[in-house]
Amino acid sequence: MANIPLAEGPSGAKPKPFFTAPRVIVYTVLITCAAFFLFPLYVMIITSLKNIQEIQSGNIFIPTFSPTLDAWAKAWDSACTGLYCEGIKVGLWNSIKITAPSTVVSIAVASVTGYSLANWPFKFSEGFFAVLLLSNFIPYIVMIYPLVIITREMGIYSTLPAVILVHTIFGLPVQTLLFRNYFASLPLELFKAARVDGAGYWGIFFRIFVPMATPIFTVSIILQVTGIWNDFLFGVIFAGPTNYPMTVQLNNIVNSATGGKAYNVDMAATILTGLVPLTIYFVSGKYFVRGIAAGAVKG
Amino acid sequence: MNMNASSNSSVSVRDLTLSFGATNVLQNLNLEVAEGEFIVLLGPSGCGKSTLLNCLAGLLELTKGQIWIKGKNVTWAEPSERGIGMVFQSYALYPQMTVRGNMSFGLKIAGMPKDQIEQRVQRASEILQIGPLLDRKPGALSGGQRQRVAIGRALVREVDVFLFDEPLSNLDAKLRSELRVELKRLHNRLKNTMIYVTHDQIEALTLADRIAIMRGGIIQQLDEPHTIYNRPANLFVAGFIGSPAMNFIKGATINGGKAFQSGEINLDLSGYEGGAIMDRPKAIIGLRPEHITIVDTAIPGQTIPAVVEIDEPMGADSLVWLLVDGRQMSVRVPFEHRPKAGAQVHLKVDIAKSSLFDETNELRI
Repeated sequence: MANIPLAEGPSGAKPKPFFTAPRVIVYTVLITCAAFFLFPLYVMIITSLKNIQEIQSGNIFIPTFSPTLDAWAKAWDSACTGLYCEGIKVGLWNSIKITAPSTVVSIAVASVTGYSLANWPFKFSEGFFAVLLLSNFIPYIVMIYPLVIITREMGIYSTLPAVILVHTIFGLPVQTLLFRNYFASLPLELFKAARVDGAGYWGIFFRIFVPMATPIFTVSIILQVTGIWNDFLFGVIFAGPTNYPMTVQLNNIVNSATGGKAYNVDMAATILTGLVPLTIYFVSGKYFVRGIAAGAVKG
Repeated sequence: MNMNASSNSSVSVRDLTLSFGATNVLQNLNLEVAEGEFIVLLGPSGCGKSTLLNCLAGLLELTKGQIWIKGKNVTWAEPSERGIGMVFQSYALYPQMTVRGNMSFGLKIAGMPKDQIEQRVQRASEILQIGPLLDRKPGALSGGQRQRVAIGRALVREVDVFLFDEPLSNLDAKLRSELRVELKRLHNRLKNTMIYVTHDQIEALTLADRIAIMRGGIIQQLDEPHTIYNRPANLFVAGFIGSPAMNFIKGATINGGKAFQSGEINLDLSGYEGGAIMDRPKAIIGLRPEHITIVDTAIPGQTIPAVVEIDEPMGADSLVWLLVDGRQMSVRVPFEHRPKAGAQVHLKVDIAKSSLFDETNELRI
């Protein structure tokens, strides 16, 4: 070995060129994908800011030079959704009235059920869990007609409680799975320690497990809120015309045949409807991805 | 009331059987633990030692039998009603609570007045020297500190019986030996009954008043560490306790039990401490590596000829591996006295410290 003084040799991190082949490929793909998905949004926004003459005479890709919020105001306040012309704001409140209780009730029930399945095994708990797992794979369309009859017999068909009940029930299998798997992943010794400390079924749940379950609660809320908000079918079937959620109202605005197509109003209404899930995506991106991953892998 | 309950017994396990389906994890197990005794349950993985501890804590429902703690039948009692405190391998501290919160959680649930809780937490934190940590969360503590807090959580309950489930297994070697000494100090000070599960024989030998060696859900031997080490009740215990393991030579006892023979080997058994040897066609002699000395010349009836293979220096000692009749044996010698590889030597056996087993039932003679 030659005695090279340390100072003369290279040291520290090896310098890397910025433009390497893998990096160029990755960025090209990412930018193309982003452009592909952002382009429709761009068209929606600029169309919503144009007046109807501009839309009829111009190219849909060219931005407007005299932007106006008239279409937004109309979409919000006075667009016709079938018989009524009160805009999409009615739908917003209906959507909130449907989403909030369905989310809260389904998560409350699912978290307790998941906790029971994970930590308090009963005689047929494994069988129950298997049925739960299976029910995730049954297409929900097949259950709609029976549910219509059930809600009719209960006397709540075409009301707010009916659509809330249906959303709650359909949320339970996936939510219970999420919570069951999360609680099963917590160390069993923690549960044992709490029992030695004298905590009971509810004591362990509320004082030990719930404070540790913030991530899974966040994920469930995101999944439920976006899922219920984006729903169209249950809303149109079970809610009844006065309680139609935003998605159904949007459809009615777009499809109501009075005069020519008001594309600017349609676009504004669409963006307004998508705003809630969109906000949730942006605010809780990290948790949202986790939720998708949890739903995909763990089931 | 059961009339058999012995008055000085702190924990009493009677005919305990636990089955999962068709497999018996514990089989008709009986164990009497005296007041203030430190009992170690020792055995390989899956021997049922942790299961037994969980049964004592009330965390597992037993299939058959009874558990008595402090003269009370607690077989069906809730864990918190049994008068036990438990320390877990993974510490099992509640991550969202401070150290103080962790220690006082059980007392709060029991509805104890605040000043009394604070008093108990103070006392326990003094004993364990965790006073400065009381307002920290478990995430901000080291492994050793966490285990101290876990012990503190058991301590504040001021119960008669402590259950330890491999409490030191998650710590590194240095911390483990420190906490081991501390646990012994704690026991000397508190004089509580302690039942301690481990798979580490050093912990068992150093801490226990009595060790229960378990295998397959059965207690193989329950005795003082010294006796377990020197008079193992059967082949399993003999092979399990001691590191490096005991050397076994298969052979037969002859001349009405006066000698042990195996091929060329012939050992005089006078001076053996045990039962009646008699003539047994299938016998095994067990010799601990530290009870054999290496000598240069053969002594009839006392030595075994051997060839040195390799040696492993272990600091003060050296573990020498030799070939006897084509089989390996190990001998522990002072480092300076280790023989050269390939040397022809003779192994002098201390019969008084050896163990003879009948191969047919594997029991010590």
